[in-house]
Amino acid sequence: MTAGMTARRRAGERARQARFGLVLRAEWTKIRTVRGWVIGMIVAALVTVALGLLSSLATHSHCFARPGQACPGPGSIVGPGGEPVSDGYYFVRQPLAGNGSITAKVTSLAGLITYPPDHPNAIVSGVVPWAKAGVIIEPSTRQGSAYAAVMVTGSHGVRMQYNYTSDLAGLPGGVSAASPRWLRLTRSGDTLTGYQSADGTHWTEIGAVTLAGLPVTVQAGLFVASPSYVFTTPGFGGGFAGHLTQATAVFDHVSLQDKAARGTWAGGGVGVIPGGPALARGGLKESAGRFTVTRTGDIAPLAGVGRSIEATLQGTFAGLIVVIVLGVMFVTAEYRRGLIRTTLAASPRRGQVLAAKAIVIGSVSFVAGLVGAAAVVPLGEHILRAHGVYLHPVSTLTGLRVIAGTGALLAVTAILALAVGVMLRRSAGAVTAVIVATVLPLVLAISNVLPVGATDWLLRLTPAAAFAIQQDVPQYSQVIAAYTVTRGYYPLTPWAGFAVLCGYAALALILAAVLLRKRAA
Amino acid sequence: MTETLGRRGASRCPFGSTRALHAEWTKVRTVAGTFWLLAAAIALTVTVGAAAAATRCPAGLACPVDTARLTLTGVQLGQALIATLAVLVISSEYSTGMIRITLTAMPRRPAMLAAKAVVLVGLVLAAGAVAVAGSVLAGRVILPGHGFTAARGFPLESLADGPTLRAAAGSVLYLALIALLSLGIATVVRDSAVAIGVVLGLLYLSPIILSAVAGDPVWSHRLERYAPMNAGLTIQDTTGLHGLPISPWGGLGVLAAWAAAAMLAGVLVLRWRDA
Repeated sequence: MTAGMTARRRAGERARQARFGLVLRAEWTKIRTVRGWVIGMIVAALVTVALGLLSSLATHSHCFARPGQACPGPGSIVGPGGEPVSDGYYFVRQPLAGNGSITAKVTSLAGLITYPPDHPNAIVSGVVPWAKAGVIIEPSTRQGSAYAAVMVTGSHGVRMQYNYTSDLAGLPGGVSAASPRWLRLTRSGDTLTGYQSADGTHWTEIGAVTLAGLPVTVQAGLFVASPSYVFTTPGFGGGFAGHLTQATAVFDHVSLQDKAARGTWAGGGVGVIPGGPALARGGLKESAGRFTVTRTGDIAPLAGVGRSIEATLQGTFAGLIVVIVLGVMFVTAEYRRGLIRTTLAASPRRGQVLAAKAIVIGSVSFVAGLVGAAAVVPLGEHILRAHGVYLHPVSTLTGLRVIAGTGALLAVTAILALAVGVMLRRSAGAVTAVIVATVLPLVLAISNVLPVGATDWLLRLTPAAAFAIQQDVPQYSQVIAAYTVTRGYYPLTPWAGFAVLCGYAALALILAAVLLRKRAA
Repeated sequence: MTETLGRRGASRCPFGSTRALHAEWTKVRTVAGTFWLLAAAIALTVTVGAAAAATRCPAGLACPVDTARLTLTGVQLGQALIATLAVLVISSEYSTGMIRITLTAMPRRPAMLAAKAVVLVGLVLAAGAVAVAGSVLAGRVILPGHGFTAARGFPLESLADGPTLRAAAGSVLYLALIALLSLGIATVVRDSAVAIGVVLGLLYLSPIILSAVAGDPVWSHRLERYAPMNAGLTIQDTTGLHGLPISPWGGLGVLAAWAAAAMLAGVLVLRWRDA
C-alpha cells in the first residue's frame, strides 16, 4: 500500500514536471515566433557592442612622449605579477651574498604633509597612514623588481609586505623611542622570513615568502617611503586629491649578518624624478650608528589609475534599457491583448506561468548580454590598445566573470522588469520604475552632483549595485586611492553587488506571484 | 448662424479648436494615472533635492559647490515621471484603440497632437513649478544648517537672485520640453514601453557615455553641447558660467530643438500613417 502511494506520488510529480515543461515550451514558443522579441534581443546585443565600440573609439591616451618613446603613464613600471606598481623610496643598502639577515631598530617615524585640506596653504608635520620605514631585501634596485620587506607604518603597525600586492599584519601601535620596534628579515635560499620584536630579544615571525630565482647576491638594507596624502575633497562627485608627503625614520642597531666581509652602507633614492620638488628628494644622515632616512614615494601596487576591460562595456546600459523594455512587455503585452486570459486558462497554476516566463526571458537576455560582451570586450580592447591607452592586466578568470556577469546582469534585470510588469500590468510605469532603479543611480553617481558618501550608498542599496560584477580592477587595503565608480571601483564586491540585484528580483517575483494569484486577470 | 460663427472662430484658434483642447483636457483629467504621476514627480523631485542638499560642508574647508544646481538635482529623477506621463498621453490611446475614436472625432491630426501638447505642457508647467519651488524651499531650509552659510559665500537661496531664478524657472521649462520630446517620440513609436525606453535611453545614456569618453575633449564637448539632458540641464548652473561648454539658455535651446524635431516627426508620421 505504501509502495502504491509512493508510486502514485511519483507519478504525480512526473505529471507536474511534464506540465511545467509544457508551460516553459509555450513561453519559449511565444518569444521565438514573434519577430519583435527576436529583433529586440538582437538590438540589445548590438547596442551593447555599438556603444562600447563608440566610446572606445573616442578614448585616447594623454601621452605626450616623443614618437618611439614609452609613455610614462601607469604600466611603465610593473611588478612581478604584471600589475602596475609605484616603486620609489630611499634605500640604504649593502650587497648580501648567500644566506644571512638584516636587523634594525626603528625608534621614530615622523613626517611632513603638504597642503592638507584643513591647512590649504601650509606644510604641516604628520605621518600618512601608510608611510613605511623598515628593512628590505630585493634582487636588484630596478623599479618593479621582486622584494620582501618588514616595516613600521604610519598608523597600521608593523607589516610584512612582499611583491607589492601582499600585506601581512604584525604588532599594532605606533613607534617611538619609548616603544621602539625591532625588525628582521632573514634570507635562506629563496625564502625570506620576516620577524618583529618590541625589545630586541623576544622575536616573533610575521610571515615568509619564497621569491623564486633569487640571485646569490641580493641588495639588503633600510628603506623609507611615504605615499601621497589622498583625501576626498569635500566637494562632490568623487573629488579626490593627492598631495606630496615625506617621512623621516630613525634607525639604530643596524646589522647585516652574512658570510662575506662587512662593507659600507650606500644611500640613494630609487625612482627619483629628475627636477622634482626639493621635498621629494630625501636623504640620509648617519652618525654613530644612527641612520636618519627621509624620503617620499611608495612601494605598492598602483590603484585608481588607468583603465581596464570594463571601459569597453559602457554599452551595457543601453542593452539593459532594451531588455528592461522587453522584460516588461513580455507580460504587459499579454495583458493588453487579453492573451493573458488564454495563457492562464491553459495553465491555471499561475506561479508556474510566472516561473516559465522568468526562465525564458532570463535565459534569452543572458545570451544577448553574453554575446554582446564577448564581442565588444576583445574588439574594444584592441581599439583602446591601438589608441595607446594603458589597460590593467586582467586574469582570464576575471575576464570570464566580467563577460558572463554582463549576461547575468541583463538576465536578472529582465526578470526584475518582468516581475514589476506583472505587478503594475502597465508597460510605461513598469519600464520607468525599473530604469530609474537600475540606471539612474549610476547616472547620479558619475555626473558629479552628489557627495562621495551619498554616491556610495546609492550603489550599495539600489539594484545598480549589480554593476559591481563588471569591476575587474582590484582594490588594495594597503593603498589609499580614489576608488570611485568613474575609475571602475564599486563600493561592494562583485558578487555582493550582484546579490543585491538578485534580492530585488526575488522579492519582486514573490510579490508578483502573490498578486497574480490573488487578482483576476 | 451662431454655430457657423462659432466654427469659424474655432478654426482661427492656433490649436485647431478649443473643443479639441477641452476634449484632451477631459481625457487627461479623468484618468487616475495623471494625478499620481504628477504627484510622484513632485514628491520625488523635492525628496532627491532635499537629500542632495543635506550634504555637509565641514567647517574650515572650501566647498566648491553650485548650491542652486545641487538643490535642483531631483529634476533628473522627476523628468522620468514627466516623460512617462507624456508617453502615456498618446500611447495609451494606441493601446486601447481609443486613438481611432479620437481621430474620427478630430480628423485634423496635427491639431489633435497640438491640443495634447498644450494640455500636457500646461500640466507639466504647473507640476514643475510646484516641484522646483519645493526644492528651492528645501534648499533654503536645509543648506544653512549644513555649513552653507552667507558668511562663507553661500547666500540664502532665493528666487529674487537672478541666476537662481533663471535656474529654477529654466528647470520648469526643461521639464516641459522633456514632456514635448517624449510626446513626439511616443507619437512615432506608439508602443508605450518602447517609447519610454527610447526616451529614458536618450536622456540617461549621454552622461554615462560622457564619463566614458571623458579623456577625449572633442567627444566630451560634443556630448555636453548636443545631448538633450546634458545640454538642457546647463540651465541649472549658476557658478563657473565661463567654463560651461554651452551657455545656459543655449543649452535649453538645444533641448528645445530636440523637442521640436521629435514633435515634427510625430506630426509627419501621424499624417501619413494609418492609426
